[in-house]
Amino acid sequence: MRPLFVNIGERTNVTGSARFRKLVADGDYPAALAVARQQVEAGAQVIDVNMDEGLLDSKRAMTTFLNLIAAEPDIARVPIMIDSSKWEVIEAGLKCVQGKAIVNSISLKEGEAKFFDQARACLRYGAAVVVMAFDEQGQADTARRKVEICERAYHLLTEKIGFPAEDIIFDPNIFAVATGIEEHDNYAVDFIEATRLIKQILPYARVSGGVSNVSFSFRGNEPVRRAIHSVFLYHAVAAGMDMGIVNAGDLPLYDDIDPPLREAVEDVILNRRPKAGGSATERLVDLAPTYKGAKGQDKGPDLAWRSAPVAQRLTHALVHGITEFIEADTEEARLAAQRPLHVIEGPLMDGMNVVGDLFGAGKMFLPQVVKSARVMKQAVAWLMPFMEAEKEGAPRRAAGRILMATVKGDVHDIGKNIVGVVLQCNNYEVIDLGVMVPCDRILDEALAHKVDIVGLSGLITPSLDEMVFVAGEMERRGFAIPLLIGGATTSRTHTAVKIEPAYRRGSTTYVQDASRAVSVVSGLLSPSERDRHQAATRDEYVRIREQFARSQEVKARASLAQARVSRFSIDWSDYEPPRPGFVGARAFGPYDLADLARHIDWTPFFASWELVGRFPAILDDDVVGKAARDLYADARAMLDRIIAERWFEARGVAGFWPANADGDDIVLYTDDSRGTELARLFTLRQQMAKGEGKANLALADFVAPVGVKPDYVGAFAVTAGHGELEVAKRFRDAGDDYSAILATALADRLAEAFAEALHRKVRTELWGYAPDERFDIDALVTERYRGIRPAPGYPAQPDHTEKATLFRLLDAEANTGMGLTESFAMTPPASVSGLYFAHPQAHYFGVGKIDRDQVADYARRKGWDLATAERWLAPILNYDPARVREAAA
Amino acid sequence: MNRTERIAALKAAAKTRILILDGAWGAMIQRKGLTEADFRGERFKHHTVQLKGDNDILCLTRPDVIAELHDAYFAAGADISETNTFSSTVIAQADYALEGAVRDINLAGARIARAAADRWTERTPDKPRFVAGSIGPLNRMLSMSSDVNDPGARSVTFDQVYDAYLEQVRALHEGGVDLFLIETITDTLNCKAAIKAILDLEDEGYEPLPIWISGTITDRSGRTLSGQTVEAFWNSVKHARPFAIGLNCALGAELMRPHIAELARLTDTLVAAYPNAGLPNAFGEYDETPDQTGCMLHEWAESGLVNILGGCCGTTPDHIAHVAEAVRGLAPRQVPERGKALRLAGLEPFELA
Repeated sequence: MRPLFVNIGERTNVTGSARFRKLVADGDYPAALAVARQQVEAGAQVIDVNMDEGLLDSKRAMTTFLNLIAAEPDIARVPIMIDSSKWEVIEAGLKCVQGKAIVNSISLKEGEAKFFDQARACLRYGAAVVVMAFDEQGQADTARRKVEICERAYHLLTEKIGFPAEDIIFDPNIFAVATGIEEHDNYAVDFIEATRLIKQILPYARVSGGVSNVSFSFRGNEPVRRAIHSVFLYHAVAAGMDMGIVNAGDLPLYDDIDPPLREAVEDVILNRRPKAGGSATERLVDLAPTYKGAKGQDKGPDLAWRSAPVAQRLTHALVHGITEFIEADTEEARLAAQRPLHVIEGPLMDGMNVVGDLFGAGKMFLPQVVKSARVMKQAVAWLMPFMEAEKEGAPRRAAGRILMATVKGDVHDIGKNIVGVVLQCNNYEVIDLGVMVPCDRILDEALAHKVDIVGLSGLITPSLDEMVFVAGEMERRGFAIPLLIGGATTSRTHTAVKIEPAYRRGSTTYVQDASRAVSVVSGLLSPSERDRHQAATRDEYVRIREQFARSQEVKARASLAQARVSRFSIDWSDYEPPRPGFVGARAFGPYDLADLARHIDWTPFFASWELVGRFPAILDDDVVGKAARDLYADARAMLDRIIAERWFEARGVAGFWPANADGDDIVLYTDDSRGTELARLFTLRQQMAKGEGKANLALADFVAPVGVKPDYVGAFAVTAGHGELEVAKRFRDAGDDYSAILATALADRLAEAFAEALHRKVRTELWGYAPDERFDIDALVTERYRGIRPAPGYPAQPDHTEKATLFRLLDAEANTGMGLTESFAMTPPASVSGLYFAHPQAHYFGVGKIDRDQVADYARRKGWDLATAERWLAPILNYDPARVREAAA
Repeated sequence: MNRTERIAALKAAAKTRILILDGAWGAMIQRKGLTEADFRGERFKHHTVQLKGDNDILCLTRPDVIAELHDAYFAAGADISETNTFSSTVIAQADYALEGAVRDINLAGARIARAAADRWTERTPDKPRFVAGSIGPLNRMLSMSSDVNDPGARSVTFDQVYDAYLEQVRALHEGGVDLFLIETITDTLNCKAAIKAILDLEDEGYEPLPIWISGTITDRSGRTLSGQTVEAFWNSVKHARPFAIGLNCALGAELMRPHIAELARLTDTLVAAYPNAGLPNAFGEYDETPDQTGCMLHEWAESGLVNILGGCCGTTPDHIAHVAEAVRGLAPRQVPERGKALRLAGLEPFELA
């Protein structure tokens, strides 16, 4: 198990920070408190407080500082690590904290009696302890000594005085490497190896350490020290180090370290001989000066741009997404302008035009543009009161007014929100009705606000039908304004074939992604270009419809009967279906978000921001690398807060039932006697004409048929979305769409990660057919493991209505708080559900288009009439039901 | 039964049913219409400070009134009654200049309750009655500033609070209580001083008694007065390995429910709740009727949220009778297993699982 690393803030330590020492010595506690606050804001999950300084009254300083912290809710929200080598200072600290703190540290240095006294006091004050690898003989330096001492301390604590193992944190001593003394060369390796062993043999105990010691010999060269810390942590965390005292938010990503430096540091940390020969220490010492203060890293952010005139500063802030000075700069611009409106129409719009041009030229990317929008919003918010105070002030003229909505039954809105922000950046007024908006409301609001364009969004396939319905209603109610279609399941073909024909009076345009939105909208609203644009789109869609009609005729399909004959046949005789650990449903939650975070597949995360490429290679991409790195840093920082502050709650449920295939159905039984049918899952079979020896698959093929062998299937439903709407709203209300979208995208990733994590738990424990599977995030992402988890509404079973059966079996609403909309979209939006199949040959596939014979058969099995079946299966029909009916009439 | 047997009986009873605690004391005492002379009795006849309002002193001056109230609550169906010692510490009694009487009040309070409980146990041996030693909060807090101009200022030290509680719990123990109830906790650090005092008693050779910890969520913010969330509060006190954890006072059942549900989910020990009879009206009186309280707490029991129920401000023996009736025969909450993890707290919880 490798949980996320816990950052312990180190700046409130007089032994490590000269600045903090001076503040405390001078009695400047307000400034000392600001240091603590900055640590928490930078992501420290615990703050270390140390007042060990010869000239200080340490006990008094500890008491004063902790009492002051108690009055600061934004600092006091995190636990305190009370750090001192003097027990009376620690005890003074324990008398000031109402929460549960960590004592740092106790040890066997002065024998068992004292060790027990102090540990017992920690038990009674209620504190976790850091135990140093230090005994009567001294501080442990080799891995063997470290482990020996920790093991002895662990057994003394847990067995002699009942100290909870989970409240023990070992500090196996981080010592400086690359000191030039050969005996020190293995110190980092000793720590890492000791950590690995301690985590293995001492259950529930944790490992921590003071990271900055390791780089002590590079004092004065901060870039190299940070690189050493980063590389050291990379290896120590992999070995099981749980937490460390570090300057939170100040470490480079391992992958970001310049490769020659990284290699040199790695040789030092791992005590390896450099490939080039010589000693690792010498090589790093030689290399280090070239990195000292390199690229202004040491100087903090470059503020040269602050000396430019105000208009240029505004442009700079917009392009770089810097909010720090925006209010002051906007105010300066306002004082210089005749009217506040002129600031928007002048320098701010000029800046946004630069953003738009860079974006159009592929030199800026979506996450950066959305950050620009955040800056713009703050500037406008600053000007609003002044504009309202101007009685004669004419309203700001937007380039156009666009109404946007996610259609009824659908809850997904990341893409729609990004489009909305991009349009706003380009001076369009956006009226966003949110998600699950019924048709009537969309059209009523469109009339009420006299909008210029209506934009519809949707992610799940039933939304396609709803969009056709909205288009038809626009026609019926006499609208003539342009209609935009976007969202993951929409396509140019669907828009051309199904939606555009329903709305004759106005134009309909498919918008592939947010980057196209501005050019489409400006084309549609430009008085001179409008007609040409609309005509071109209409022509294109006519062509697409013709192509589509032709493709329909040529695609040969197997009949359902033929397809069933060429089913995927498994030899059941030499396969014993494994029995799951339990039958029925079991709830999991609230699930540990930190555990989910390590299961995240980041590649789709970047895709949702229109940054295409595989993670982590995308971070080094020549074109989008910078945007990807910034986005990734923001995402990791927010993820840390999501976990630490529990923005979201992850809840899930999994279940298993005795099951057998009955034709293309899967029958689930109430118990192992297989006497009573509990439910029936319906599956769809591929009907494309396949070559010899190739199977026409249905999910039912992966389950042993009735009477052959007792088999099982599982199901799951997970969400990480409890809280996501509130969080997104909070950001949006504060004018921060960037963070709102980021939070939603992370909730989605956590839900997917949850599905992965739970599936892994199913394979290794709950169903347990692969108990020895190793944890390997790449293997997870590329699905190199046994068993599948197909979801209704996705290619292997495109029928969304099967989710109703799934939810009923799992009692998902009660177990997870998840729900289904009328279109079978799951709520909260960040949710995943599906079935589990365990057979080694089970694999993912797409059903593809199906013919009328199967639709009729499926309708009969589900107890539907044909029209209902055709409605739910509309996206995969190999024929046009309307035309078939016309032909029949 | 000796105390060891009673503690075993208490733990056994908690496994089979929802236990009932008594209700409010202050208002019941007020109804008796006692005069300054009643509060003073013979012993404090010439005391220089007014004593009316110091309900705890009645343990010494009108023990009959206190015994009568224990009887009324036991008659209503309570399994556990609290000693009348909510404010019996040197710090709280300083308001009445009665620091010197603190040990006597606690001893007497425990003995009166003990005698009443034993009488009822004799009468209904299948339903033994228990005495919880009441340990209230203080008017001086360790986590809150005592001076608006100096956020670091405190009017009392941890050691003073610890000493005050140590004196109280020692006397309650000697007086014969079956368990300690640290209640109406507004400041977790004060509570931690009380916990340490109780745990340290062991070093003096006192038999360990079960500890029940009852915090107070002051308003809809869902936090204690000292700013902690329910989970942070639990993480901060669970080292006491309490027999029960719960909430009381400030809120009525309706507003307390979500926080009790949270505790029920988080804690691997018994969950106890004794809400007020709703929120006070404009005159500071509580309007919630006994059947309303009973009805709401019935739902809690049905939902498997609680192991111990009772009443706080505004509740009467009639309320307790209705609650006891409403949950009769319903199963107590199953204590869940909670995975081991490093759980810490500031104002908010921290967990490394």
